[in-house]
Amino acid sequence: MDNTKRLEMIGITKTYPGTVANDQVALSIRHSEIHALLGENGAGKSTLMKILYGVTKPDTGTIIWNGKEIRLANPADARALGIGMVFQHFSLFETLTVRENIELALGNQAGNSATLATRIRETSEKYGMPLDPDRRIASLSTGEKQRVEIVRCLLLDIQLLILDEPTSVLTPQEVERLFETLRLLSKEGCSILFISHKLHEVTALCESATILRHGKVSGNCEPKQETPASIARMMVGEDTPITHNAKRAIGGADFLQVRQLSTTAADTFEIALKNVNFSVKQGEIVGIAGVAGNGQEELLKALSGEQPYGSESIWFAGTAVDALSPMQRRRLGMAFVPEDRLGRGAVPEMSLAENTLLTSFDSGLLKKGFIHFPSVTKLAKRIIQTYKVKTPNELAAASSLSGGNLQKFIIGREVEQAPKLLIMAHPTWGVDIGAQVAIHNTIFALREQGCAVLVISEDLDELYNICDRLGAICDGQVSPFVATDDLPLAQLGQWMAGDFAADAQEVAA
Amino acid sequence: MDLDLLTNILYLTIRTGTPLLLVALGELVCEKSGVLNLGQEGMMLMGAVVGFIAAFYSGNVYLGFAMAACAGIAMSLVFGFVAVTLNANQVATGLALTIFGTGLSAFIGASFEGKTITALPTLAVGFVETIPLIGRPLFAQDAMVYFSWILFIAIYLFFKQGRGGLKVRAAGENPTVGSNLGLPVLKIRYLSIMFGGAMAGLAGGYLSLAYTPLWTENMTAGRGWIALALVVFASWRVGRIMLGAYLFGFASIMHLVLQGFGLSISSNLLATLPYVATIVVLVFLSKNIERLKQFEPMALGKPWHKTH
Repeated sequence: MDNTKRLEMIGITKTYPGTVANDQVALSIRHSEIHALLGENGAGKSTLMKILYGVTKPDTGTIIWNGKEIRLANPADARALGIGMVFQHFSLFETLTVRENIELALGNQAGNSATLATRIRETSEKYGMPLDPDRRIASLSTGEKQRVEIVRCLLLDIQLLILDEPTSVLTPQEVERLFETLRLLSKEGCSILFISHKLHEVTALCESATILRHGKVSGNCEPKQETPASIARMMVGEDTPITHNAKRAIGGADFLQVRQLSTTAADTFEIALKNVNFSVKQGEIVGIAGVAGNGQEELLKALSGEQPYGSESIWFAGTAVDALSPMQRRRLGMAFVPEDRLGRGAVPEMSLAENTLLTSFDSGLLKKGFIHFPSVTKLAKRIIQTYKVKTPNELAAASSLSGGNLQKFIIGREVEQAPKLLIMAHPTWGVDIGAQVAIHNTIFALREQGCAVLVISEDLDELYNICDRLGAICDGQVSPFVATDDLPLAQLGQWMAGDFAADAQEVAA
Repeated sequence: MDLDLLTNILYLTIRTGTPLLLVALGELVCEKSGVLNLGQEGMMLMGAVVGFIAAFYSGNVYLGFAMAACAGIAMSLVFGFVAVTLNANQVATGLALTIFGTGLSAFIGASFEGKTITALPTLAVGFVETIPLIGRPLFAQDAMVYFSWILFIAIYLFFKQGRGGLKVRAAGENPTVGSNLGLPVLKIRYLSIMFGGAMAGLAGGYLSLAYTPLWTENMTAGRGWIALALVVFASWRVGRIMLGAYLFGFASIMHLVLQGFGLSISSNLLATLPYVATIVVLVFLSKNIERLKQFEPMALGKPWHKTH
């Protein structure tokens, strides 16, 4: 390997009101090296990336690029130097075509449109991720959108490619293909900075790693020499428990049954559900894996009653609940933790106490039709205490809490209702490892009490960790569901890609 | 109905449609960049009065048009500062701009009411003018009509092929993504707003310098609003703006047409036709949301500021 340094960041400090996002951070990457930047959410990875890509300016610190000190005023500067970035939340214009999107990012380097289209075809095929330049972004799958982002960088003769959590939106097979592309790139001399919190990916792909915790570098290592546990220690520190028991349960009688649920899509941005069949038993955790945008949102809306549809398809404890409103379903003992915390799970501008009231008003918070505020405050305080929500008090606005804390609060609020069925979407998305463990333990405790739990998530590690049975959703259809321990990852990956017709017949036969 | 009347109707349709075409093209560019400026009426009125005064004193109608455009730009900058820099609600700001422009133009123009100037002359293109039916409507118009056609083609190509058009669309589509990619979103929006202002000013000038060469208070008579409806009517597509402008122009001279057939219907009633047409189109458009989403700027009317 070429040992000359491509990039060195020294003593980078960036302070935002109230927090030090980066505190004297150092990072160094060699030519053609695949380097991992690890850390929990909120560890300062994103800030460091933004500084490196010229989006944000550091308070202090030096950036040395190919031996020369540089200052980045904006992303265009970074791109001009050969630094490309693939954002976690894609920077794409949905209604424009692939070519138009790339043209916009390349600016003057785009050349004329016809040649650009050819270059897009050639480059994308060379690196094993073919793209049609004339398709609209909105019509692409998530994996294809990521290809657009990557190809956009590759067209710029880049020397450093930054990827921010690139695998969180991909199926395992797509991840493998992405890794091959990255290895090919690295062989050609391009350095790669791979940001992730998935340890097995880092060990599989990266030659070296920088680990951040609370805005500081907490360690440097060669991932191939380490175990996931030792790296996790560097990420979370000594005091957080990072293992928990993964005891499986069999469950009792079917509690939630979804039979032949089909919906129609209102527009092309929605996915129609097609003959969805599955069940969740009492005292069982069932998981649905899937790449975002494959009907998860629509399934949740159907289950919660947010989106009406016209059949007897959802059965809860022996009765069809299709005609019931979300409130009536809650009264039967169904509880929901939606994906969108600020907006569906909580009202951002309202206090935690008021947000408690939103779903819990039936549990003795009303007196003769009037809100009894002392009871509301009491319940909110209990949730904050029991679920270790970090907040000044119950009067803080929901929007002032970090994602993880708000999630703990929302889950606590739902669990305090003693639900018979809890439906959760991405329960630990954006939540740090400590809070993840707490949330998982809450879910396990619910299961012990006989509650049926349905978890819809993109995080396969999490699903394998907590679920008793597992299936996948793809393009509005669900795969068969089998016991987690009998389901190899490769099989689940195929299901996530929609390849389950044969298996479905087999299970039915 | 004889040929002369038909020729006349065509001629008038184009003349009546021209100010609509100008202001709607300006608003289209503005909305494509994600900014909804409801101040068209106010900007037009300011263009009309300032253009008239300039032409009155200088005796040069072209200088009048230049000043009308400048007045429109000045008004649009007021809007831009409040709605883009200060991030105020675009709808409220635009409405305020219209009210402001209506009042200010009446104040400035009070002593010019009833004064006359020489109208913008028509430029006949020689013998082609004598072609029956289309000769006069197409080849005996004034300079602004031809200018509006050139402008129309330029804007069509700007969005069809130009990188500039792509940048404007990007700013209106998703300013945050645009900014992350390094596009100067605020600058793009300001320039689009200013272009919209210039066009509205010219459209106002067309009314007071060519269409009816005099100044009367509130002489735009709602054309700014029609232009806003036109942009929606055209579902943000350049080609349809021209079609719509002339269709609306035709609708507003409907009473002449009907007289030709010997019918007499209240011209006030007929004046509602463009609006009825817009509502009908909106209803049809909303049936095909997917198609609408392809052309409607997604960030239209949403305040946006750089976050870092």
